[in-house]
Amino acid sequence: MNPTDTSNPDYFHKVVDCQWACPAHTDVPEYIRLIAQGRYTDAYMVNRESNVFPGILGRVCDRPCEPACRRGRVDEKPVAICRLKRVAADLCGEISQRLPTIPKKKNGKRVALIGAGCASLTVANDLLPLGYEIVMFEKLQQTGGLMRSNIPAFRLPPKVLDGEINIILDMGVDLRLGAPVTSLKELLTESYDAVFVGTGAPLGRNLEIPGRYDTDQIFVGIQWLESVAFGHTNSIGERVVVIGGGNTAMDCCRTSLRLGGKEVKVIARKPMDMLKASDWELEGAIEENVEMVTNHAPEEFIIENGKLTGVKFSEVEWYEDEDGRLRSKKLKDVVVPCDSVILAIGQENAFSFIERDIGLEFDNWDMPIVDKVTMQSTREGVFFGGDAAFGPLNIIWAVEHGHQAAISIHNYCQGIPVSDRPSYGMNLASTKMGIHEWSYSNDFDAITRRLVPHVSLNERFQNLNIEVELGFKAEQTVKEVERCLNCDMQTVFKANICIECDACVDVCPVSCLIIAKNGSEDELRLRLKTPALNKDQDIFVSETLPQTGKVMVKDENVCIHCGLCAERCPTGAWDMQKFTLNIPYATHSPCTKRKKIA
Amino acid sequence: MSYITKPKVAYAGLNKNKLGLTIRNYEGGMSTLCAGCGHDSITAALIQACFELNIPPERAAKMSGIGCSSKTPAYFLNAAHGINAVHGRMPAIATGANAANRNLYYIGVSGDGDSLSIGLGPFAHSIRRNLNMLYIIENNGVYGLTKGQFSASADMGSTTPKGQLNQQPPIDPVLLALSLGGSFVARSFSGDKEQLVPLIKAGLTHKGFALLDVISPCVTFNDHQGSTKSYAYTRAHSHETIHTDFIPHADEIKVEYDEGAVVPVQLHDGSQILLRKVDPDYNPKDPGDAISYIQHHHEKGEIVTGLLYLDDNARDLHAVANTTDQPLTELSYDKLCPGAKALEDVFEAYR
Ligand SMILES: Cc1cc2nc3c(=O)[nH]c(=O)nc-3n(C[C@H](O)[C@H](O)[C@H](O)COP(=O)(O)OP(=O)(O)OC[C@H]3O[C@@H](n4cnc5c(N)ncnc54)[C@H](O)[C@@H]3O)c2cc1C
Ligand SMILES: Cc1ncc(C[n+]2csc(CCOP(=O)(O)OP(=O)(O)O)c2C)c(N)n1
Ligand code: SF4
Ligand code: SF4
Ligand code: SF4
Ligand SMILES: [Mg+2]
Repeated sequence: MNPTDTSNPDYFHKVVDCQWACPAHTDVPEYIRLIAQGRYTDAYMVNRESNVFPGILGRVCDRPCEPACRRGRVDEKPVAICRLKRVAADLCGEISQRLPTIPKKKNGKRVALIGAGCASLTVANDLLPLGYEIVMFEKLQQTGGLMRSNIPAFRLPPKVLDGEINIILDMGVDLRLGAPVTSLKELLTESYDAVFVGTGAPLGRNLEIPGRYDTDQIFVGIQWLESVAFGHTNSIGERVVVIGGGNTAMDCCRTSLRLGGKEVKVIARKPMDMLKASDWELEGAIEENVEMVTNHAPEEFIIENGKLTGVKFSEVEWYEDEDGRLRSKKLKDVVVPCDSVILAIGQENAFSFIERDIGLEFDNWDMPIVDKVTMQSTREGVFFGGDAAFGPLNIIWAVEHGHQAAISIHNYCQGIPVSDRPSYGMNLASTKMGIHEWSYSNDFDAITRRLVPHVSLNERFQNLNIEVELGFKAEQTVKEVERCLNCDMQTVFKANICIECDACVDVCPVSCLIIAKNGSEDELRLRLKTPALNKDQDIFVSETLPQTGKVMVKDENVCIHCGLCAERCPTGAWDMQKFTLNIPYATHSPCTKRKKIA
Repeated sequence: MSYITKPKVAYAGLNKNKLGLTIRNYEGGMSTLCAGCGHDSITAALIQACFELNIPPERAAKMSGIGCSSKTPAYFLNAAHGINAVHGRMPAIATGANAANRNLYYIGVSGDGDSLSIGLGPFAHSIRRNLNMLYIIENNGVYGLTKGQFSASADMGSTTPKGQLNQQPPIDPVLLALSLGGSFVARSFSGDKEQLVPLIKAGLTHKGFALLDVISPCVTFNDHQGSTKSYAYTRAHSHETIHTDFIPHADEIKVEYDEGAVVPVQLHDGSQILLRKVDPDYNPKDPGDAISYIQHHHEKGEIVTGLLYLDDNARDLHAVANTTDQPLTELSYDKLCPGAKALEDVFEAYR
């Protein structure tokens, strides 16, 4: 293999599994260390820079970082990254001094943002400090988008939402509530230099089976949750069937329990291991004694004397056909008696306000064609982000889209091609403090993942707004932070001073190093003391070593960043260096060098 | 030294041996030697060899004297027995232990100071007696523990870091062992595990005294330019004369070899050693030839390595002394100590 090019920030970035997996590349290990030091406000600001809503995300983030966390490969359970983020937000002090100053003198550019969800709010957050004038149109009387209208208050209290949204609004957004944009064409004739569409995917999918319109007790989840959130709905039947198996279904069933539902079932077509809901959302529902029924496909709503009495399902069995496609086979009919039904089978976009003759193209699925990097549509100057761009995703993706769209809008308004992207940079700094001392807590703590305490089942249903999760207590926080492996403390190697004494190879607690004759990647992977079978993780290959002409090889997969290799190295050929990813934002790009994309 | 110990990470990727143990079950405490010391590498090779030989850790006894090298039994096989003897007296203690329990794997770890200066007498006699043990000399040419004075293995003309010359001729433990009738005589280098691990396995399996002289650079006091026991010097001057492949008796022997170039040796437990002659002129079955070959190469500045001499038929101490097959530790009390009457009978026989 050729020597690994560690000058490309991607190499070390990828080693920080959580940061690499986070759409917004939040510097997770850095903020966890700050929490460990009791520097909650600093930890909050590290978060805010990339993910903008630490308090919100510390509660409800989809947390793609956690399945990626190296700790999950080392001892099964990942670090409770999301819960720790909440600790930073809950204990954060005054930050007004640390927010960017908004120039009094504007730069003369006006940008219209459609929708007041997290995507639009991020664009505003990034452009206001540059002197842009931001006009935000929102159809509803409230900001926050689905975060407020759909994510139930028992998971995300309005106080937290308001706190973080107001930080942005207070930067000087010209907010127009109750102001739906009904014609993009018309908006484009007004004096805006750029337009951002952050309208989300606001429609719940319907289920057109017999009986659908013969009762008023069948609700579409997304709309129903919104009407609960805004106080228009405050009761439901005692026996509730929620059809679906995703996160919306989990919110619907748990909300039903708080509105009078006594016997609540979630009924899904797919088997348990294929449900779309995140593990923690499923656990949340199961903890509240919601019954999960799987392998049931809805066939008919049963209406007797104009009253909904149940739903007929086909119980099915799944198998793979010759082409490896999953198919279902009906076993029998099952009738589940109920008083109300909530449909939670998917979310759809609605672009009725976009005329089809304005040079903004749509694809076969009636979705706008949006560039994955620049977030620009086929009409110059119109950008998309969040659920409106590529269909329903989650908050953290909406935030990342917002950051990228802000860079594009800034480019566009300054006359720079939107494809001219500022590049990622990195900084590496040695953490050596003494012969055996490092500026981070390098010892491995074998403690298992801490569980977050919940409000008891007796108390939590008393009203709709009791937040169920209580957040970590101090004792849990101090332990959980030590589980982080500090993956940003990189093992950096200098081949020319290695004397091939093997000390590093021998001491490594997970046997991830070897000194060996060079070979092909596949073969080197097998020659490691513990074969490097996880191909998602890179192996590092050094320059040729001076004494024998062999190479140093490291499997990044389960390195616990204990620093022992560097500590046992007599020549300092290994060093533990803190890696900082410099992420470009519209407000400050770390490098003036800009990378052109095709 | 290290402030943290090598953490026990419960992670499923590690291989298990036939006893269901991972290599981590063969480790010991955290090394307190200098970072980069050759001795640590030999420790790692011992751990690997015992793991691969499926030795139950509690069936091993670690013996050592005094020195950095003699500290190393603390760093492997935590669950094994061990005696840390006074300076130079490890062979005597090992002889006693071996006499009492012949069924353990005896692993002696000593230094060039411990074995060739103060302990030369006990060392020589343990070879003569063909004590059944693996005897490793971690040879760095200095007294590391006492801050780097030349030892008896330092070569003429090698210097201290500050440039003082060594003007006394060295004692070569390999030549010494050959001249004393050693039955297994080998030399290796701490920086070459591919050679070292099979030699340790062969030595542990050999019935009789297995001497393994391992050049083991002292990074702190003897790894400089004027040293003949540094990493760089050893790599530049070592000359592998015989390459050893160790084939455990459970494995079918499939290796094909050219009769003239390979000497196969069957060990008492059915394992096999293949001595592959890198130099066709070398004869690993003749101590006289071996001595002149090694001396000749030494004069040319070359360090000859490999399993240089092997005689698997030599009788070990127990065979010569005609002791009982059962370890003394397992004999019943009345057999072990038959009483005053029996002693009287012995005396009577000499009257
Ligand atoms: C029940 C449910 C639970 C969820 N739970 C989570 C969770 O726990 N974690 C997570 O990360 N994600 C969750 N999501 C997904 C997440 O809420 C969305 O991905 C995210 O809110 C998308 O943000 P956005 O800014 O793109 O759009 P939205 O949040 O949908 O905001 C769009 C805004 O635009 C407004 N708007 C629409 N059309 C117009 C128009 N024509 N003119 C003016 N305004 C308009 C809407 O009223 C809305 O306020 C959940 C979604 C649902 C449905
Ligand atoms: C009876 C006695 N004399 C002298 C010493 C001092 N002493 C300690 S270690 C040592 C030499 C060790 O050299 P070596 O065996 O080569 O071990 P190394 O440290 O080089 O591995 C000496 C002379 C001692 N401990 N006991
Ligand atoms: S930091 Fe070094 S010693 Fe520790 S696990 Fe990683 S490679 Fe191994
Ligand atoms: S410990 Fe240092 S000098 Fe020794 S092999 Fe490892 S990197 Fe090379
Ligand atoms: S002094 Fe020399 S022999 Fe002793 S531990 Fe240090 S490097 Fe090893
Ligand atoms: Mg010595």
